Amino acid sequence: MSKTMTTTSRGQLSRRLIGHDAVIFYILITVVIISMITVNYFASTLTVGFLLIQVLPILLIAMPMALVIVSGEIDLSVASTAGLTSATMGVLWRDSGLDIGTVMALSLLVGVLCGAFNGFLITTLGLPSLAVTIGTLALYRGLALVVIGDQKVASFPKELNAFVLSKIGNTGIPVMMIFALIVIAFFAVLLHFTPFGRGLYALGYSPQAATFVGVRVGHAKFWMFVATGVVSSMVGVFLTLRLASAGPDNGTGLELSVIAAVLLGGVSIFGGKGNIPGVVGGVLLIGTLTYALRLAKVPETALIIVTGGLLVLSVVAPSVIAWGKERIRLNRVHREVQGQNAPGITRA
Amino acid sequence: MSTVTHAPAVPRSNALKRFFTAREIPVAGALIALILVTYIINPRFLSPQSTKDLMLNATIMVILAVAQALVIITRNVDLSVGAILGLVAFGTGTVFDMFPTIPLVLVFVIGMIFGGLLGSINGMLVTSAKVPALVITLGTLYIFRGVLSSWAGSKQFFSGDNPKAFGNLSVDTLIGIPIITIIAVVITVAVAMFMSSVRSGRDLYAIGSEPDAARLFGIPVGGRVLSAFIACGALTGLAGVLYASRYNSVGALTGSGIELDVVAAVVVGGVAIFGGSGTVAGAAIGAVLLSTITGALTATRVDKFWQQAIVGVLILAAIIIDRVVSLRRARKLRVNEAKDV
Repeated sequence: MSKTMTTTSRGQLSRRLIGHDAVIFYILITVVIISMITVNYFASTLTVGFLLIQVLPILLIAMPMALVIVSGEIDLSVASTAGLTSATMGVLWRDSGLDIGTVMALSLLVGVLCGAFNGFLITTLGLPSLAVTIGTLALYRGLALVVIGDQKVASFPKELNAFVLSKIGNTGIPVMMIFALIVIAFFAVLLHFTPFGRGLYALGYSPQAATFVGVRVGHAKFWMFVATGVVSSMVGVFLTLRLASAGPDNGTGLELSVIAAVLLGGVSIFGGKGNIPGVVGGVLLIGTLTYALRLAKVPETALIIVTGGLLVLSVVAPSVIAWGKERIRLNRVHREVQGQNAPGITRA
Repeated sequence: MSTVTHAPAVPRSNALKRFFTAREIPVAGALIALILVTYIINPRFLSPQSTKDLMLNATIMVILAVAQALVIITRNVDLSVGAILGLVAFGTGTVFDMFPTIPLVLVFVIGMIFGGLLGSINGMLVTSAKVPALVITLGTLYIFRGVLSSWAGSKQFFSGDNPKAFGNLSVDTLIGIPIITIIAVVITVAVAMFMSSVRSGRDLYAIGSEPDAARLFGIPVGGRVLSAFIACGALTGLAGVLYASRYNSVGALTGSGIELDVVAAVVVGGVAIFGGSGTVAGAAIGAVLLSTITGALTATRVDKFWQQAIVGVLILAAIIIDRVVSLRRARKLRVNEAKDV
């Protein structure tokens, strides 16, 4: 009894050590070590600060996005939600005379509304999320333009702009990372340790089966999209303060980077597979690689080739490996069958 | 049984009915309504020059939408079209730079082969790795764009660098219609006929509605999907060559961000995002509708900032209508089946 238990747990351990998210972390560590040795100025606290503040928006949105993709859906409207939040925040701050706390709270409400609208169309009307969020991608970005026009608002309190960029002591780690860790912890617990999270996996495997075992499919999906909206809004507020400028084009194109990072982190686009540590690894890998290459004076233009190549590789490699394994297995079976048949033929 | 006895009466009413319940009709209706309303508010909207501009602006979108529809009908998607368009457009500039006297036809052939090659990379990755096209083409979107940026750097080709005859393609008209628009219409008609009456075209629909069933039925799914991607790449390449003819300059950023507009046009045109239904003609009308809105808003002096929001609303309206229509059709089918029993 005890023997079988140890073997299964060892099996789980070894499976975890060669799993997709573990491989991502090995690559990440390798990239960090190689960069520290070969790239000038990489091994410094400045690196930590710049790198983290740069990946922060992607890291934040990647959390709810991972949950959405695990449940078999997708949200392409995240960057536009961030843009609409930024625009709203700018106009409220310029025109309403409210204090900055209220302005930020009201701006986050934009994310709730955007997410709820996506959720309503997808769950209540039963429309495909891919199509809906392509629509709201255009709609929310369009509304951002309607709200603020082509203007910029830049008169935010200086202390707040400085706070967003401030570091913890002299470690170089941005204060905002604490906030990010809270968000990561929240979504990690939600996905891995609650019935709601387990339900999302079931949902990703098969919505029908999930319905039959009692997962409230519509309810779960709706709140996932609201969560994505809220976090996108937070990123909108963060970007506004970091750039010290509210404009309609804040965060443009972020959606594809987020999805690339989530998929690189081992979340299956078909749903039902993936975990939060893997996604964090995926985001950090893209961020670190980009940053190191930039420091090493690789032209900016070549960097997106790396992002794209990583993404393609991360989805193609597992199926190539599976294909190779299957080939080896088939060969072996083939040989065994031949070995058995050969004497039979001579006897006949 | 009853259907057999009433057979003679059925075809005519069916054809009429099919015409009015076709997915293209609401889109075409919206397009006509848009043009009429704009014309009533501002008659100059349909002046010869303005009409020509409208057609020119729609041309490239139409070809891209037709190309994308081919892929979406097979339950795939190609997000890398913007980068392919950019690569081919810049490539066209380079070809003219190297061989200024090259025959125009050859340039088109080179552009389409180049686009087709890029499309075949997508197609091979999608069919061999068995990973959703969304992920693969998102990756190749970055890769192709990166290659273009490295290749082009800050270099740009301007329309003045190209032979005059090439630029004239988007200036000269035949009975009031620009030549590149005629090319787009011919392509749309050709692809539409292929999709509706050629066997391999029908196969694409079968693959899109149920890939596993299509495979069991004996359709070479991998090969067909690969050809759809190659065709999409080649047509996008054609659009890239025309882009170089139509617009003043091509460079590293040409066509960036256009992929979502194209997918939007296809969806607005009534092609289901998960494949299996819709027509290329619908996609083409969707593209015309989206590009006409821009002109119409300018003509009616609506704040230009509303444009994108309206495009978003249109996309949502299109998928909601599509959903309602397919629900109603499913219910009617159920009722008919019940009656047959």
